[in-house]
Amino acid sequence: MRKLLKQTEFYLALVILLLSILITMYNPRFLSAENIFDLLKSFSVMGIMAVGVLFVLILGGTPDVSFTAIAQVAEYVVVIMTLRWGGNILLAFLTASLIGGVLGRLNGCLVNMFRVPTIIITIATSNIFFGLLYVFSQGQVIYVIHPLFRRFSEIRIGNLVSQHGVYFGLSLMPLIWLVVLILGWFVLNYTRMGRDIYAIGGSELAAERVGIPVRRTKLFVFTFVGVLAGIAAVVHAAIVQSAIPNSLVGQELDVIAAVFLGGASVFGGAGTILGTFLGILLLAVVNNGLTLLGVSSYWYNIFVGAVIVISITISAVQRIRQKKTRVKVQVDSEGWRV
Amino acid sequence: MSDFLKLVGIKKSFGGVQALKGIELAVGQNEILCLVGENGSGKSTLIKIISGDLKPDSGELWISGRMYKQLRPIQSLNLGIRVIYQDFALFPNLTVAENIAYSQLVETQDRLVNWREIREIAARAVELVQADLDLNEVVGNLSVANQQMTAICRALTRDTRFLILDEPTSALTKKEIDRLLQVVRDLQAKGIAVMFVSHKLNEVLAIAERVAVLRDGELVATLDREEATNERLVELMSGTRVTYSRYEAKPSNEPPLLEVKDLSKRNCFQDISFSLRRGEILGITGLLGSGRTELALALFGIDPADRGQIVVDHQPIKIRTVKDAIKAGIGYVPEDRLTQGLVLKKSVGENIAAVIIDRLRGWLGLIDNRAWNAAVERWIDELAIRVTSPEVKAQTLSGGNQQRVVLAKWLASLPKILILDNATAGIDVAAKSGIHQIIRRMARQGIGIILISDEIPEVVNNCSRILIMRKGRIAAEVETADVTEAEVQQLVELTEPRGKGEGMVASSL
Ligand SMILES: Nc1ncnc2c1ncn2[C@@H]1O[C@H](COP(=O)(O)OP(=O)(O)OP(=O)(O)O)[C@@H](O)[C@H]1O
Ligand SMILES: [Mg+2]
Repeated sequence: MRKLLKQTEFYLALVILLLSILITMYNPRFLSAENIFDLLKSFSVMGIMAVGVLFVLILGGTPDVSFTAIAQVAEYVVVIMTLRWGGNILLAFLTASLIGGVLGRLNGCLVNMFRVPTIIITIATSNIFFGLLYVFSQGQVIYVIHPLFRRFSEIRIGNLVSQHGVYFGLSLMPLIWLVVLILGWFVLNYTRMGRDIYAIGGSELAAERVGIPVRRTKLFVFTFVGVLAGIAAVVHAAIVQSAIPNSLVGQELDVIAAVFLGGASVFGGAGTILGTFLGILLLAVVNNGLTLLGVSSYWYNIFVGAVIVISITISAVQRIRQKKTRVKVQVDSEGWRV
Repeated sequence: MSDFLKLVGIKKSFGGVQALKGIELAVGQNEILCLVGENGSGKSTLIKIISGDLKPDSGELWISGRMYKQLRPIQSLNLGIRVIYQDFALFPNLTVAENIAYSQLVETQDRLVNWREIREIAARAVELVQADLDLNEVVGNLSVANQQMTAICRALTRDTRFLILDEPTSALTKKEIDRLLQVVRDLQAKGIAVMFVSHKLNEVLAIAERVAVLRDGELVATLDREEATNERLVELMSGTRVTYSRYEAKPSNEPPLLEVKDLSKRNCFQDISFSLRRGEILGITGLLGSGRTELALALFGIDPADRGQIVVDHQPIKIRTVKDAIKAGIGYVPEDRLTQGLVLKKSVGENIAAVIIDRLRGWLGLIDNRAWNAAVERWIDELAIRVTSPEVKAQTLSGGNQQRVVLAKWLASLPKILILDNATAGIDVAAKSGIHQIIRRMARQGIGIILISDEIPEVVNNCSRILIMRKGRIAAEVETADVTEAEVQQLVELTEPRGKGEGMVASSL
C-alpha cells in the first residue's frame, strides 16, 4: 500500500477522476452511460494497439511506429477478402491477426538483424507497408463492406434507453479490448516470456548472460504487436464500416503518448498494463471533454505532444533521482542509523 | 584428482588488440585458483570465454573431460559454471528475489512464473550466505555492496560446480570480504571449484591454493600457495619491482587552500574541521560507515551538509550542488566508477572531456576539435590509459582502465582541490603506484588533494597528514612523518565502534 503513493497509476487515476468531475460540472452528459460506452468503444482500437506498444517499450527504449500501417494493411486486405469470398467474423479476426503477425515478425527479424533503434527500422517498414498498400489499392476507399462487420458491431450487451429514447448498450469492442488487456497483463506478470521482456529492458547484457533467449523474445514481441494490430484492424473496420487506406495512420503518436503516460520509460524495463489502460483512458477523457466543452480539437493534438514531452522528462528525472537515492541508501546501509 | 576445467591454447583478439595469446590452464574439481594480472591483462576476457559470453578465436575448452571449441552461455550454465561479473550484470528494474532466481528460472524452462517459488529460491540462496537482503527491493535502489551480494546469491541458486568471481571484493568492507572468503571456503568444502580474480593480493594469498598470473594476455606462471608471496606476484604481474616511497610535501606558510569548519550532516558526520594547503595530500581513513564518504559527498555537493562553513581561497562558499563544487574548483573521483563516474556507452574521449567541455569551445561556442583532441590525447598519455583510440567506448575497457578514465576526466579539469574516494579500488598494484605518482605530481603543481582510502599503506605513503574518522567525527589526526603503518592501523581499529557497530555493519549486508 505504501508503494501505491509512488506509482504512476495512482496519480493517473487521480487526474482522470478530477478531469471527469470538472467536465461533468460543465456538461453532465459526460457521465451518462451512453457517452461512456461510446468513449470506450471508439478508443478500443487505440487501446488494443497500446498493449503491443507497451510490450515494445518495456523491451527497451524506442517505440514501434509501424503498427498503424500494419493494421491498415490488415484491415484493407480482410475487407477485400470478405467482400470477395464472404466468411465470418472469427475468420476475419484470424486472417487479420495472421497478416499482422507476419508483418510484425518481419519487423522483429530486421530489429534482430540490424542493431539500430526500433523507431528507425519501423519508420522504414511503416513506409514500405503503407506504400505497398497504396500501390495496390490505388488509394481507393471501400465504402460498402461485407455486412458481417455490421452485424458484429451491432451486438450489444445490455439494452438501455437514453434520454432521447435511443436504445443503446455496451458494444463488444471494449470487451475485446478488455480481453487483450487481461491477456497482456497475464503474459507480462505470470509468464517467463513476460519477465524476460522486463529483464531485457532492464539490461540486455545481463539477460544474455543468464541465458535468456533475447532474439527469440524480441521476435515474439514484434509478432505480438502485429497480431494486436490485426485484431485492432477488424475492430476498426467494424466501427467505421469502411476501409480507408489512411484512416489509422497518424494515430501511432497518440498511442505511444498514452503508453508513456502510463509509466513506460524511454530507458526500457518499465511500464504496466494498468498504466497503459489509464493512459488511453486519460486521452479519451481529454478528447471527449474537449468535444463536449466545444473546444477546438487541435488542442487535443497539442495535449498529446505535451504528454510525450512531459512523460519523457519525468522518466529522465526519475532516473536521476534514483541515482541520488542510491547514494542515500548507501549512507543508510553503512550502519549509521541506530 | 581430475580437472574440472582445462584450457588449451585459448586465443582471443579484439580488432587489433590480442587480449589472450594462447592460454593453457587447468582448474581441479574442488580447487580454489586465483587469477591475478594487471589491468587489461585479459582476466575478464578469459572468464567471458569460459562463461560462453565470448567466442575464442582458437583453442579448446575441456570441461569434465569433454572438449568444446566454444560454449554458449546457456551451455556453460548447464555445465554448472557460474560467473559473478565485475559489473554484476543484474537487472536494475527487477526485485532482488527475481534477480536471484532468474538463472534457475531460465534453466527449468517453465513457461509460467510462480512467484512463490521465486521467493523461495531467493530466500534459500540468501540463507546460504546469510546475507541480509530485502527480497522485495528493486535492485537499482541497492547499495553497491548489496548488489554484489545479490549477484553472489544468484550464482548459488542452482547446482553450481564451478564459481568464478571477477573482482568480487572491490566494493565490500573488510567484514563483508571476510564473510565472502568464508563463503568461498564453504563452497569448496561442498565440492565446488572456484576461480577468484582480485587485485588485492592479501586476499589472494589468504584464499588461494594456486595462483595463476596473467601478463599481456599470456599466462606467465602458476604458483602453488607456498611459492607465492606478495613481492613475487607483483614482480610476475608487472615484470618490474614496485616499491612504495613516501611523499613529503614541502612545508609552506601559505594560508590554507581549503578550510572546513564545524561541518555537520545529521546521521552522517558531526563537527568536522580541518584545513588543506596547496600541494598537500591529506589522507582520510576510517572504517566504512565512519562518515568519510559522506563527508566527500558533502564537499562535492552531491549530498550537501546541513551546517558548517567551507572556505576556499579565503572565500566562504556554499556548496549546495555539484555545480557549486565544480565552480569552486573541486573535483571528485568516486569509488563506484560504474554508476557515478563514467558514462559507459560513451567513448573514452567524451568521458574525459565531459567536465572541461565548456573550456573547449571556440568560435560561436562550437567545440574546438583540435583543442578537444589535444586535451584528450594528453590525458590518455598522462595516465597511460590503454586504448587503441579515444573513440572506443568506455564499456570495452578493463575495469582498471575505466578508473583511469574517471581520474583523467577530473584531472583534465585542473581542479584546485581533488577528492579521491577510494579511487584506486580495483586497480592493479603497478597501475596504482602509477596513479600515486600522478597524484603526487599534481600535488607538487599546487593542487590540494584529499585522499580517502581504507588501505593504510596508501594513505601513509602518499599523505603528509592523516585524519582518522570514527562515528562521523575526526577521532585522530597524525603527521605521517611520525608514524608507521602499523600504528595507523592500530588507531583505525581502536576507533572502531564497538558492539552495536559490529552488528550494524553485518546486518547492512
Ligand atoms: N569488447 C571489447 N572490445 C575491444 N577490446 C576489448 C573488449 N573487451 C576487452 N578488450 C580489451 O582486451 C584487453 C583485456 O581486457 P580485460 O577486460 O580482459 O582485462 P582485465 O585483466 O580483466 O583487466 P581489469 O583488471 O582492469 O579488469 C584490454 O586491452 C581491453 O581493452
Ligand atoms: Mg576485469
